[in-house]
Amino acid sequence: MTRVLIVGNGPSAHRLAETLTTRGFTGSVTILGEEPRGAYDRVALTTHLTEGRDLMYPEIPGVTTFVDTKVVSIEPAAKTVNGTIPYDVLVLATGSAPFVPPVPGRDLDGCHVYRTIDDLDAIRASAKTATAGVVVGGGLLGLEAADALRGLGLQTHIVEMSPWLMPRQVDEGGGAVLKRHVEALGLTVHTGSGVTRIEGDDRVTGLLTPDKGVIDAQVVVFSAGIRPRDELARGAGLQVGERGGIVVDDGMRTSDPSILAIGECALHNGQIYGLVAPCMTMAEVAADRIMGGSAAFTGADLSTKLKLLGVEVAQFGAMAGALDVTYLDPVAGVYKKLFVSDDASTLLGGICVGDAAPYATLRSFVGSELPAAPSDLLFSPVAVELPGDAPVCSCNNVTKNDVTAAIKEHNLTDVAGVKACTRAGTTCGSCVPLLKKILTESGVDTGTGLCEHFTHSRAELFTIVQVRGITTFTQLIDEHGTGRGCDICKPVVASILASLHNGHVLEGEQAALQDTNDHFLANLQKNGTYSIVPRIPGGEITPEKLIVIGEVARDFGLYTKITGGQRIDLFGARVEELPRIWQRLVDAGFESGHAYGKALRTVKSCVGSTWCRYGVQDSVTLAIDLELRYRGLRSPHKLKSAVSGCARECAEARSKDFGIIATEKGWNLYVGGNGGFTPRHADLLVQDVDTPTLIRTIDRFLMFYIRTADRLQRTSAWLENLEGGLDRLREIVMDDALGICADLDAQMAAHVATYADEWRATLDDPVKLRRFVSFVNAPGTPDPSITFTTERDQIKPEILQVTSR
Amino acid sequence: MTTMPLPQRVWEAVCPLSDLLPERGACALIGGEQVAVFRTHDGSLYAIGNRDPFSGAYILSRGIVGTRNGEPTVASPMHKQVFSLTSGVCLDDPGTVIPTFPIRVTMGMVEVSVK
Ligand SMILES: Cc1cc2nc3c(=O)[nH]c(=O)nc-3n(C[C@H](O)[C@H](O)[C@H](O)COP(=O)(O)OP(=O)(O)OC[C@H]3O[C@@H](n4cnc5c(N)ncnc54)[C@H](O)[C@@H]3O)c2cc1C
Ligand code: SF4
Repeated sequence: MTRVLIVGNGPSAHRLAETLTTRGFTGSVTILGEEPRGAYDRVALTTHLTEGRDLMYPEIPGVTTFVDTKVVSIEPAAKTVNGTIPYDVLVLATGSAPFVPPVPGRDLDGCHVYRTIDDLDAIRASAKTATAGVVVGGGLLGLEAADALRGLGLQTHIVEMSPWLMPRQVDEGGGAVLKRHVEALGLTVHTGSGVTRIEGDDRVTGLLTPDKGVIDAQVVVFSAGIRPRDELARGAGLQVGERGGIVVDDGMRTSDPSILAIGECALHNGQIYGLVAPCMTMAEVAADRIMGGSAAFTGADLSTKLKLLGVEVAQFGAMAGALDVTYLDPVAGVYKKLFVSDDASTLLGGICVGDAAPYATLRSFVGSELPAAPSDLLFSPVAVELPGDAPVCSCNNVTKNDVTAAIKEHNLTDVAGVKACTRAGTTCGSCVPLLKKILTESGVDTGTGLCEHFTHSRAELFTIVQVRGITTFTQLIDEHGTGRGCDICKPVVASILASLHNGHVLEGEQAALQDTNDHFLANLQKNGTYSIVPRIPGGEITPEKLIVIGEVARDFGLYTKITGGQRIDLFGARVEELPRIWQRLVDAGFESGHAYGKALRTVKSCVGSTWCRYGVQDSVTLAIDLELRYRGLRSPHKLKSAVSGCARECAEARSKDFGIIATEKGWNLYVGGNGGFTPRHADLLVQDVDTPTLIRTIDRFLMFYIRTADRLQRTSAWLENLEGGLDRLREIVMDDALGICADLDAQMAAHVATYADEWRATLDDPVKLRRFVSFVNAPGTPDPSITFTTERDQIKPEILQVTSR
Repeated sequence: MTTMPLPQRVWEAVCPLSDLLPERGACALIGGEQVAVFRTHDGSLYAIGNRDPFSGAYILSRGIVGTRNGEPTVASPMHKQVFSLTSGVCLDDPGTVIPTFPIRVTMGMVEVSVK
């Protein structure tokens, strides 16, 4: 009679014993488990806390189970465990153990893991004397644990090392959406953060992070991953994987033919399976083998769909592919991504956060041809045509038929018209994408598209470029557009690429996208000459530098004028003169002023508290710091700023995209101001903040604007069109209502770190310099069409003949 | 009977093909005439007059190259009117036409003929 001895009494062990029994195994089956109870459903563990559910599996008749019995050794030669208990076939089903990072204080009272019923009982006991808890680890189990802490009435934090939550299941975009959902439930998420130490004497009092300070908490739950429990196997000399796990073949056999391993402790084909379904399959294969069969485990699909903290998350197939298609709706909190083969025909996998509806269908298409264009599967809010009586706007009880009828009757052409006629979309706004779709179905072109080459808005293109990591115009237009672009979309894409990657604007293919101003790093004037504006941060300049500008202007015969932004503009330079002029300016320590770019222009300043009798803060230093921080930042339109040293506002900060006015206590930040065509006073975003808070807020404001604004939309128009207006903007940049602040901060940090002066880089590169000629076939020849007269002792362009209009 | 000599095209070398950036123009001075030459994404070459008739400035070689309904174009960098590279017609104002010139590559050199 064969004696089967199973070590461990988790779900895998239970399934093995059950399968053996139901298949009529004639030998004996004995289970040794270290937990003080029989096998139970670990997957449903959390319900033990939340609903007090009974998780115990039914007992299996004929199987002998020893609880509270830990196996400490195997003697393979003698075929015994713990020195005395004999076996013919030994099955290791020891599962895995939570990994607890080696941080000081991890053994304090109040520190827990989340694996067994006993763990949960202990957490519940600790929570009785606690008000706040921290979960270390933002993976699947961490989020589940966090939800349990929240259910126990604790103010709950999640600390996750990766830059986003659930890094194994979702990518960065999905993680951001997930984070926002989790935060909406009142949990606090700290991504990109490690743990320095657990604070406390006997009992935990808090958790110290490297850069976010101490999080006060009396309960800490470690959920930083699991490690296969292979210690017994190691002790017995069985083969184990480099990073743990008991090596098994397709028949679940370890390197000792009498010993099998199944479940989470087994390493099959280099893979550990942390989900219960593959563990069950392994148990069944092992049962078949024990009974003389030849079943084989050949790997398992790791697709998952779950609802964590009320958020649907699904991942299926591969987590990467040659091409991918992304749909992101940060407002509704939906993120979907499909990975497809390089010819865009085969579905490889996908990720859904916030709405896993496509999961069921799409999962079954993994590895086969796509049932429709990827964008139709993900980008459109409804994959199939809605029936006429389907409710479109439930707030106002409007059906699709109502909308179509209104479009026909009133010849409506846009969403605004539909809203006015039907009231659909006027309450919560969530049906607006549907309204657009119905308009399109009715043959109306809703055209948020940039131009004939892209049907996307600038903000949509920004998301596509960012999420997909696109670096060239050619890739973008090949995959998302038509034709070869134009003077509208090319500069937009150039600006997006520059905002995201900060490479030199004349590098490679980028050069062909630029407006002539960016192409020659100077401003085209009416007669074909260019003007030059060196950067003078904050308007502060030494006499030496002022003299250099004067000398350069004199030597090249340039018309010279002081600008409104406290710098000096030099006019009338021919293309071939630009490098020589800039060589002298760069040698004297000047940098490009980006007067030619859709970028930060200047940060004006008044003289401030250093000299002024009224000044309360040092406005000049702040202006210089801000100008140096944001110099070269490419944006949907130009950006202007100013800093005033007191409420008298001599720098006119409130007419700027972002203006700062000093107060007794710190700084007031105003945003969305404009001079120009439609003047607008900037609105007060935050009050009396210190300098680091001010800078962080401006960072986020600018990056959020850059992400979401339309082409050539100044901050003033952008702010007026922003849904929820100034209050919403404040929620987003101050309270991180969209969960994107970490991203915005990181993007600005990357900009600051990678800034380089464009003119210096151009002068250092003979290839880039080659284009600075009037004529390719006569590089030394000046353009004969450019001529000047004089006025008030300076040059003035001659009037050119134009076609009469 | 006398035979008229066949009119002979004169080709003028402009620059090596490799000097032309794809989708970016350059200007050549040929017998006092300013010619804007372009190389598009698919490798085709075009030559048009460099003068922008709307501003009078000689700048079309510095415009953005693209397509409109599949037709290769350049947009004036001054006020953005778009011209067809094949016909010289201003697509925003079809009454306005600028000159176009034959262009070819001989042994790696771009050549333009203005007469
Ligand atoms: C909170 C939570 C939620 C989960 N949710 C899901 C989910 O939604 N979906 C999903 O697919 N999976 C989920 N899982 C994972 C799933 O529970 C595991 O895949 C499954 O439990 C693995 O079963 P196992 O028998 O291999 O290992 P385990 O369940 O770890 O069981 C191993 C048993 O062996 C015992 N043991 C170990 N060493 C010895 C020894 N030397 N002597 C005696 N006994 C020993 C252990 O005490 C343990 O009881 C979840 C897990 C947790 C903790
Ligand atoms: S704003 Fe105030 S500090 Fe600045 S110059 Fe005017 S009065 Fe002086």
